[in-house]
Parts: sequence; structure tokens; C-alpha cells
Amino acid sequence: MTALAPGVDEVRSRAFPFPSRHFLSVVDLDPVQVADLLDLAESFVALNRQASKKLDLLKGRTLINLFFEASTRTQSSFELAGKRLGADVVNMSPRASSIVKGETLIDTAVTLNAMQPDILVVRHGSSGAASLLSQKVSCSVVNAGDGQHEHPTQALLDALSIRRAFGRIDGLTVAICGDVLHSRVARSNVALLTMLGARVRVVGPPTLMPADVARWGVEASTSMRAGIEGADVVMMLRLQLERMQGALVPSMREYFRLWGLDRGKLAGASKGVRVMHPGPMNRGVEIDSDVADDLEVSLIQDQVEMGVATRMAVLASLAARLDNQ
Amino acid sequence: MSQPPILIANARLVDPESGYDGPGALLVRDGKIADVGKGPVPIEVSPDVRRIDADGALLCPGLIDLRVKTGEPGSEPKETLKSAALAAAAGGVTSIVVQPDTDPVIDDPAVADFILRRARDIGLVHVYPAGAATEGLEGQGMAEIGLLHEAGCVYVTNADRSITDSRLMRRLLAYADCLGIVVAHRPADPWLTAGSVATEGEFAGRLGLPAEPVAAETIMLERDLALVALTGARLMVDQISAAAPLESLARARARGLPVIATASINHLSFNELDIGDYRTFCKLSPPLRSESDRLALIDALAKSEIDIVVSAHAPAPAEEKRLPFDEAAPGSVGLQTLLPALLTLHHEGRAPLMRLIEAVTLAPARAVGLAAGRLAKGAPADLVLCDIDAPILIDAAQLVSKSKNSAFDGRRLQGAVRMTFVDGRVVFDAAGAA
Repeated sequence: MTALAPGVDEVRSRAFPFPSRHFLSVVDLDPVQVADLLDLAESFVALNRQASKKLDLLKGRTLINLFFEASTRTQSSFELAGKRLGADVVNMSPRASSIVKGETLIDTAVTLNAMQPDILVVRHGSSGAASLLSQKVSCSVVNAGDGQHEHPTQALLDALSIRRAFGRIDGLTVAICGDVLHSRVARSNVALLTMLGARVRVVGPPTLMPADVARWGVEASTSMRAGIEGADVVMMLRLQLERMQGALVPSMREYFRLWGLDRGKLAGASKGVRVMHPGPMNRGVEIDSDVADDLEVSLIQDQVEMGVATRMAVLASLAARLDNQ
Repeated sequence: MSQPPILIANARLVDPESGYDGPGALLVRDGKIADVGKGPVPIEVSPDVRRIDADGALLCPGLIDLRVKTGEPGSEPKETLKSAALAAAAGGVTSIVVQPDTDPVIDDPAVADFILRRARDIGLVHVYPAGAATEGLEGQGMAEIGLLHEAGCVYVTNADRSITDSRLMRRLLAYADCLGIVVAHRPADPWLTAGSVATEGEFAGRLGLPAEPVAAETIMLERDLALVALTGARLMVDQISAAAPLESLARARARGLPVIATASINHLSFNELDIGDYRTFCKLSPPLRSESDRLALIDALAKSEIDIVVSAHAPAPAEEKRLPFDEAAPGSVGLQTLLPALLTLHHEGRAPLMRLIEAVTLAPARAVGLAAGRLAKGAPADLVLCDIDAPILIDAAQLVSKSKNSAFDGRRLQGAVRMTFVDGRVVFDAAGAA
């Protein structure tokens, strides 16, 4: 039996207005607000599994996807989320066009702002870019990844995936493994999961660990076996190819041998462990296909599905705030 | 240039050379200090002398700032020599030393000559060039430092770029020393600092900013100190910014090595947390350090382990600062805030007033061989009169500099410049009469 999809009114009643005009960081939210957002996202999961997925919560609203860094996954996820809620969605990739002519981030944002969008979804290669932009525009800004700082919707969708798999987050042990230093996904997840009561470990070679990471309220380990021992969730991070050429780790194969997730290492985790990856995966580098494709343990497909629902929840909540203004 | 004599009466004189801090009066004639009257006994003068009643305000030597960047020649929209000179005058700074990383670089006597001529035409504060230590600041071969020195460069430096070639650095130190030229060098390991915009630690880690460890400074400083020991040549360490390199410095001094050190007012006033939500006005080079580093620097300044304080004035227009943090230009303007920020350290009880004043007057004058920096008969009448207790709120938009990138924007400081004199002429008067 498929669950009965929620009616528009029901979704509307759940879409509490967002606590601030922008969504830049997971620390903008408190645990109660996160739970409400995840509940709302759950209702969109059901909706998205129906043949007719269209709602009109964002009808008449314009959403601009402003992606200074290439991203198929996140961009299409936001695009679908916006469209399913009835918004007009425009995708912009200024990498190729105006930036090379010397236009700055602020110039681009101010230009787009003059076109009166309601929501600007931004990805940029510099930490703090979304925050900077939010100070210069009158619309809502959603951070879709700023440098090595935050990727808040990714953390929300990861939380939703974990909550659906385990029925809770509080008390779980989550090991976040790999290139923590350069990962905005890791930073957002550490902040959100610790806020929600999970015990978080970060695991990776010291060259890929931020300084003073232990002061983030996590346990840090350089040993993969020790780090994932007894973990309920193992979250692997993508290792950028350009970081494997000897400067940070000696080689791909050595990295896979020591920090790549395979069956052998996973055996030390808790029974019923689930494996996550924000994608796109480097198979045979940070994760073995054997693990990634095992639907008994892998939540990776769920994460993608939850991505759309979570972004719908964020957009609907921001729209509810706009409606109340 | 015959000026009527000026008597500044009823002042609180602070003179680091004699160590005098007390009531007094000062007579200025022909661009020089003609008489210094210490104590309550007034100086008797003829009635044609212009009399300025200081009303108890602080009168000390005009500030000498050894590290100032302007945009002239090359980037005039940032800052011209004139706008920098106006900012200096408004900040009580009577001598500035401009850095050689202009365009063209000051590695040719003609460029030094250009700057000196421009400064003479502007006629506000003294402007001295610092020569490039290496040709084009490339760090490959020595610049003509002897000729640069003859042309008026008061020291040589490679500006923001460390000289990585140790052999070149050794030769530079030895060669400069035989000509009596001071070499300034900014210690920063180029590999550890590559791409970095902040100091490594919990805060930069959370913000996701590429960061460098303090060791980048310590490593290069240790190398420089080893070369000083090898050559016996003098070295001016350009901007110590943290506690660990201070220890290296103290060890070198204990061995009697001829080393002097500067610190920027920014590193004495701010710590890494001031970056806050990616505030690019606080993006500096070297990056802001931890609070314990800041306190160690102040302590070292109080104990004269840091000899000199500089403004590290580095103008950057809005288009270079209104960018994501890692793309923004580093640096803060500082000419106008140097004295108030120092006086604020005094008001906070962190360092003795006399030492603070010395670090921006007598100490830099001695380091590069200027006659100014003291209240003594016959010294140049470069002076600043300052309401030491007056609270001020820094509004970057109101600063005289062409670029408004002040890390002190929005800060409350204590100490307001009332008048600035250069060679006995009033070059700034807060009452608007200048």
C-alpha cells in the first residue's frame, strides 16, 4: 500500500515559517525546528512517490539557482524541489559567462536581485560566500555549499535519511570518514548531528583533518578500524582527485587500502550499520563498490531521494515566511 | 619657508628620549624645536610669537611609521602619496616610510627620487621610500641597494614577500651591513603559507578557511636569526605576530644578536575571532592570531622586546574587499588609527604610555637613522598634540584615506589628535584651521 499523499492544506499547515530570511548554516536552526523541518520533508517524500507531484506552495515565486561551482546533483535537486512546489526556476552558472569578464560575486548577485527573485540558491567555491551575498540582496538566500564551510541542506537530508533508517538520531554513533579538512558536508553534519544528540567521530589521515578538530565536540581518530568500531552510521566523504597526487596522501591505492571503506573494515562497525556518501563517489578510492551498492547497508540512494524532499521542505518554509511578510 | 615662531604652552610633554612625562612648554622656531620648558615655569617669549594653549593635552614627537603602503606609483585609485600624507597628518604621523611594492617597484633610484619629489611637492608630512631588497621583489638577485640608499631609501625590504633563497638572504644581510643599510624582512615560510588566509586553529577550521600555522613565521624567523648569527649583520624583523616567534627573538637577543623587531597595531588590537562572519577588513597578512598571541605581543611591546609599532597601512578599495574572504585583498588602513589605538592600550593599562610612544617615535627614528622622534632642542619640530582621554568612534567612511578598509571600523578608541606639526608647520588642526 502506498501511503496516502498529503493534501496541500496538510502540507501548508506543517510548513512553519522559517526562523530567518536566509538559510546559510545549520546553526541557524534549533533541534525543534530541525524536527519540524524533517517532518515536513517526510510528507514530501510521500508526495514525490506519487505520479502527480505538483503543489502550488511556491506558485508565482521565482527561484534562481546560482551555481558558481558545477554540481549536477545538488542543482537538479533544488530545481526539482522548486518546480514541484510550483516555482519558476532559473539555473545560472556564471562560471563560464560573466565572472571571466571581471564581474564579482556581489555584482552578479545585485544584478540578479534586481530581477526580483524570491529565493536565491547559491553555491560558491569560497567559504562565507553565501553569507556575504545574503547581506547584499533583498531576497532569501539558501546556501547550497560555500567553499569548505557549510552545506546545510546536505546535513538535513542526511539527518532525514538516518532518522528514517533508525527511527532516531539521538544516541547513534556516526563516523564521518575521509577528507574532513576540505569538506563542507562534514562541517554541517558535525554541527547538526551533535545538535541532535548523536555521538560523532571524525576519521581520516592527519593531513586531511582540520586543526583542533577535537574541539568541535567530536572524537577524532586517524585509524579507520578504530574510528568505525561500533558505529551505527559510517558516512564517507569524497576525496577530490587533485588532492590525491602525493601532497596530502601518497596515492589513490594507498588511500583506499588505509582509509577506503570495504567489507573488511565495515565488519568492525555495529550490527545493522548503514553507509552513507554525499556523492559523487570515487569508487575504489574512498569506498568499495561492493559496499556502496549493497542496498542492505547503503543509504546512498535514499540520500538522493531525501535530498529533493528536504529541499522542498526548506523552500516551502522559506516561502511560508515570505507569505507571512 | 620662514614661519613665525610658535609657543605650545601648558602641555603635558612626553619625551621618550629623556623619559620626561610632565607639564611643560615648547618653543618652535625655523622648523626646529628651539626650546623645551619642562615643569610649570613658562618660557618667556616676545609677543609676536604665536601662542597655542595646549590646555593640558599630550604633546609628544610626531609618529614615525615604518610600514606604509600607498598606491603611488601604479595604483592611484587605492591611495596616492597625497591622500596617505593627509591621513598621516590627521593621525599625528609626521614621517611615513612607503613600501617598495609599488608599480614600478622601488628597485631603481629613479623611483625613489620620484617619491621624494612628489612628497616635497605635497609638502605635508615627511615621506621616505623603503628600497626593494631584491630586484623586482622577485627574490632572485639583489637590487641596487647601495644606490637606493644614496637616493634616500631609509631601509630595504622585500615587502610582503619573504626571501626564500637562504644564500641570497645571507649575502643581502652581509652586503647591506657593510654599507650601513638596515634590512627588514617579513618572516613567512612560503610553503606553509601558500593559499592561506587565516591562522590555523579551531576558529579557521570551523569557518572552512585555508589556514597557516604560526610555525610558518617561526621557521623563517629562526632561519633569519641563524643568518644574523652567521653574518653579524643587523636585521629588522618585519611584523612579529605571535608568541612562538617572540621566544625565538628573545633567545636571539639573549645571545646578543643585532636584531630589532616590529609589530603592527592590528596584531596588538585584534585576534582571529574579529574575523567573525568573514569580515574582510580583518583579513590581514600575517593573519590575525589568537588572543594569547595578542597578549604576548603587548607584553613584549611593554618590555621592549618588540621595539617598534607600525600601522601596516595597506589601502584596498571596496572592489578588493567586498569579495568572499579568500578572494579579498589583505590589509587594513591604519595611519589615522595608529595613535588612538596605541593610547587605548595605555588606557586599558596594558603598557606604559612612555614605552608606547617610544615605539612609534624614538625607536623607529633610531632604527633607520632619522633625527626626529624626540622633544629636544635642535630636533625637527615634528610634533603631535593629542587629547589623550577623548573617546572616539571609528567610522571607516569618515577616514581621510582614499580606501576605507579599516579593521577598526566601528571600534571605540580613546585619544584624539588635535594638531600635527611637521617642521614647525601646522599640517593638521582638528579645529579645521589647517
